[in-house]
Amino acid sequence: MSQEEKIPSKDIIQSGLWGNNPALVQLLGLCPLLAVSNTFINGLALGLATTCVLAGSNASVSLVRNYIPKEIRIPIFVMMIASFVTNVGLLMNAYTYDLFLTLGIFIPLIVTNCAIIGRAEAFASKNKFLPSLLDGVMQGIGFTLVLCTLGALRELVGQGTLFYGAEQLLGDWASSLTLSFYLTDSKFLFAILPPGAFVFLGLLIAGKNYIDKRNEEKSKTQILEKTSSPVEVIASEQN
Amino acid sequence: MGILSSPFDKKPNSVTQLMLWVIVATIPGLIAQVYFFGFGVLINILLASFTALITEATILKTRNRPVQRTLFDGSALVTAWLIGLALPPLLPWWMTVVGTTFAIVFAKHLYGGLGNNIFNPAMVAYVLLLISFPVQMTAWLPAAELAQNSLSFYDTLSYIFTGTSSQGYDLNHVRQGVDGFTMATPLDHVKTELSQGYRIVEIQSSPIIGGLSGIGWQWINLGFLFGGIVLLLRKVAAWHIPVGVLAGMMLMSGFLYVLSPDQYLSPLFHWFSGATMLGAFFIATDPVTASTTPKGRLIFGLGIGVITVLIRTFGGYPDAIAFAVLLMNMTVPLLDYYTKPRTYGHSKNQGNRHVR
Repeated sequence: MSQEEKIPSKDIIQSGLWGNNPALVQLLGLCPLLAVSNTFINGLALGLATTCVLAGSNASVSLVRNYIPKEIRIPIFVMMIASFVTNVGLLMNAYTYDLFLTLGIFIPLIVTNCAIIGRAEAFASKNKFLPSLLDGVMQGIGFTLVLCTLGALRELVGQGTLFYGAEQLLGDWASSLTLSFYLTDSKFLFAILPPGAFVFLGLLIAGKNYIDKRNEEKSKTQILEKTSSPVEVIASEQN
Repeated sequence: MGILSSPFDKKPNSVTQLMLWVIVATIPGLIAQVYFFGFGVLINILLASFTALITEATILKTRNRPVQRTLFDGSALVTAWLIGLALPPLLPWWMTVVGTTFAIVFAKHLYGGLGNNIFNPAMVAYVLLLISFPVQMTAWLPAAELAQNSLSFYDTLSYIFTGTSSQGYDLNHVRQGVDGFTMATPLDHVKTELSQGYRIVEIQSSPIIGGLSGIGWQWINLGFLFGGIVLLLRKVAAWHIPVGVLAGMMLMSGFLYVLSPDQYLSPLFHWFSGATMLGAFFIATDPVTASTTPKGRLIFGLGIGVITVLIRTFGGYPDAIAFAVLLMNMTVPLLDYYTKPRTYGHSKNQGNRHVR
């Protein structure tokens, strides 16, 4: 907690959304990720709730980081997170009651989402207020994006719709948002049930690794084209 | 026997030979299945085989592997063959295609292809379809002699590809028995009746139950048993696994049967109903996903037998060979580790230790 070096905002944004994405790279918070991502809207709702909690907990942890005894920091972090989760839960209970019922136990379970305590411990307890807030928001958005992609894929394969149940999150006008791609008497239950979530998450991670690898190779060949002598190539690779 | 001359070492079975023998040995059971349930099973096998070969070729090409050699080693064909045998005869065509593609792509090649897969691909396909489409996957037909409406080859095709017969009847039409009620499989029937409080003796007076287990089903199982014994004699499969499966079933169901013959089915009924013989001789013996040591194979088989009886008796599904095989597949690394046979020249304890 002593040394506080400044991390550029661009790095924080890149790490939250892609490089150190909580779901695809850290593989944290998989329990709600796998259980709730059966439709796009469910994923979006849980993602937004998690983002709110992450932003709040990161910001408040970084504010009090210098006053917490190091030995008991984890219980204190958990209590702070729990209070944010309670707030989010009560808000959802008040304004999006149907969604509150659909997500059920997974709203209170945000407390146990390792991604949140992980960010509090790894980032917020070592950084100033603004970077911590930004980190919380970006990690949350990264998590939400994965949840939404996963939800959209599973919904599309499982029951042939997209944005099903949008009115639960956005109000009655949104019921017309639901897109129906094909009608089926028998849903593809595998995609909707948890095993489908594992398979699709695996595919997403594989896709991310593939893109990363291709980019790496691309940048390597670019360096090769630019530099003339092999010594320089090795030097640039070492950097 | 004439005088033998060298060389005495026999030519070891190649993968292709093994796979061909597996296919040939299923033929008695297959004939019984066609006799009692119509041509649906043949169409399923054809569909699954085409899908499997196309998928296999595509993915081999994507993975930059030699397409021709691997494609015709027969392993994909056996997977497809077993899927076709296991599926209900009038399953909609696209479900067969989805299941087979999933088996080849996810259960086989994502783990590294033949020899590296942990789970039996055919059973992965079966379970995928069973949990996704429970209604269609449990829609078996009544055996031919009990059916009210017979099923022609053309109707079978029409059901599989359009969901209705050529006259426009839906699936319930052919599923009716002589008394006009939709027919279930014997295991399914026993399960529903038991839940309504009937005793086994009363249930066995039903027309679909008879002989060793159910009309039709006993012959299918006898056919697979016959083919399986041929496999054992040809040494294509080791005897440990089938014997283990049947013994495990006998132990578990025998124990329950002795406790309360009114509530639990006899071991003989378990042996000759559902997918028992197909599972014991053809599915559980898959050389890639089963245990590789003699003792391990025995335990592997026993586990499958016990789990199958437990799920059939207390679980939600009428048959459980697929679940039992997949569950035991998970234990294989552990089984192999703890049942490593003693290496010649090493003491008994040394054989089980890590090489440090």
